Amino acid sequence: MSLIDKIKTLAQGKKNLRFMEVCGTHTVAIFRAGIRNILPPNVELVSGPGCPVCVTNDDFIDKAIEYSKLPDTIIATFGDMLKVPGSFSNLAEESAAGANVQIIYSPLDCLKIAAENPNKRVIFLAVGFETTAPTAAATIISARNADLKNLYFLSAQKLVPPALKMLLADSAVKVDGFLLPGHVAVVTGTKVFEFLKVPAVVAGFEPEEILLALINLLRQIDEGRAEVSNEYKSVVKSEGNIAAQKILAQVYETVDADWRGLGTIPKSGLKVCEEFADFDIEKILPLEIKPVKKNTACRCGEVLRGICKPTDCKLFGRTCQPLHAVGPCMISVEGVCAAWYKYGNFKFS
Amino acid sequence: MCLAFPAKVIEVKESLATVERAGVKRSASLMLLPEAKVGDYVLVHAGFAMQIIDEEELKLRDALIAEMNGAPRTVFSL
Repeated sequence: MSLIDKIKTLAQGKKNLRFMEVCGTHTVAIFRAGIRNILPPNVELVSGPGCPVCVTNDDFIDKAIEYSKLPDTIIATFGDMLKVPGSFSNLAEESAAGANVQIIYSPLDCLKIAAENPNKRVIFLAVGFETTAPTAAATIISARNADLKNLYFLSAQKLVPPALKMLLADSAVKVDGFLLPGHVAVVTGTKVFEFLKVPAVVAGFEPEEILLALINLLRQIDEGRAEVSNEYKSVVKSEGNIAAQKILAQVYETVDADWRGLGTIPKSGLKVCEEFADFDIEKILPLEIKPVKKNTACRCGEVLRGICKPTDCKLFGRTCQPLHAVGPCMISVEGVCAAWYKYGNFKFS
Repeated sequence: MCLAFPAKVIEVKESLATVERAGVKRSASLMLLPEAKVGDYVLVHAGFAMQIIDEEELKLRDALIAEMNGAPRTVFSL
């Protein structure tokens, strides 16, 4: 029996089921493979806050832009962040206007930029979930070992489990199970998700791995179980990556963090701890930015909680398109709206 | 940013490895995976090796992907 037939058999006679993926790479993989189109009508996949670019708040971008305007300052960033809107502008526009913004592949690239520009201050925009945060942490340790004095971090790194906890507590969010992010689990392991008390399956990123995870979710529901299961065993171990966890704990402390669309979530952010405070630009050179209240019809916040679909937003596909995006979910290549726009062809109901 | 790929470690110098996948070579830090050694398959993300990949699982996955691309069926149960 094919994987999709197994899903159809298991879903037969069940109530409407909503499974949420919380990883932008899953969102894109699901769309690219057309998985939504072949699922039985009572199995719905909804996207959660799985893209670290999308959940980054306006004020982080505003702050990065303010720093970019300082003399002798280089902003180093993953390319994903360039077009994310702040309150008035984005980094791509600032770069065009003269700011020195450099795109990097690995946080380690910052070491080279800092070493080659000893008279400049290099600020790395550290965004990402548990997968990416250890790479920034390891870079901080490398910078200390190399005695670099001109490299700093502006951190908006976030943790996934506290966001899932908040979603489950939100009555507007109706979720029967989670497809857990595979590469976050590479670092965290599976135990950190055991508090969920709904079926949850760590999934890989190939279409058949996602189908296997869906079968696992449906079997759990069929048998009345609610466990954390691992369908990405090739790289995900129950204990995770201990070395990465140690480096995270050495460099960061957990703090309350603001998520776009979700608000402040307790203990969901990572900031550089006291021992490495000389790398924290917010401690070395604090900047005050004025909070700005935006009037916009953008519904990214609701999209990120799975409360509304991109097509429910008045801006989607009209004023908000990948080339002139309004909200971050359209800007990030792994954003929910971008995936709907690219692969949906307006045929989704 | 959120990009990871499997690759084989072909050389290790201190905490920096050279990894290879489909003929393409890249360097990857082993700071987060100090136990990796030459011959291991690793998952590489943002310039860092993140985890050793179970070789059998990887072969199974590659075989499934090959099947999806039209190769004869070789995987009969999962």
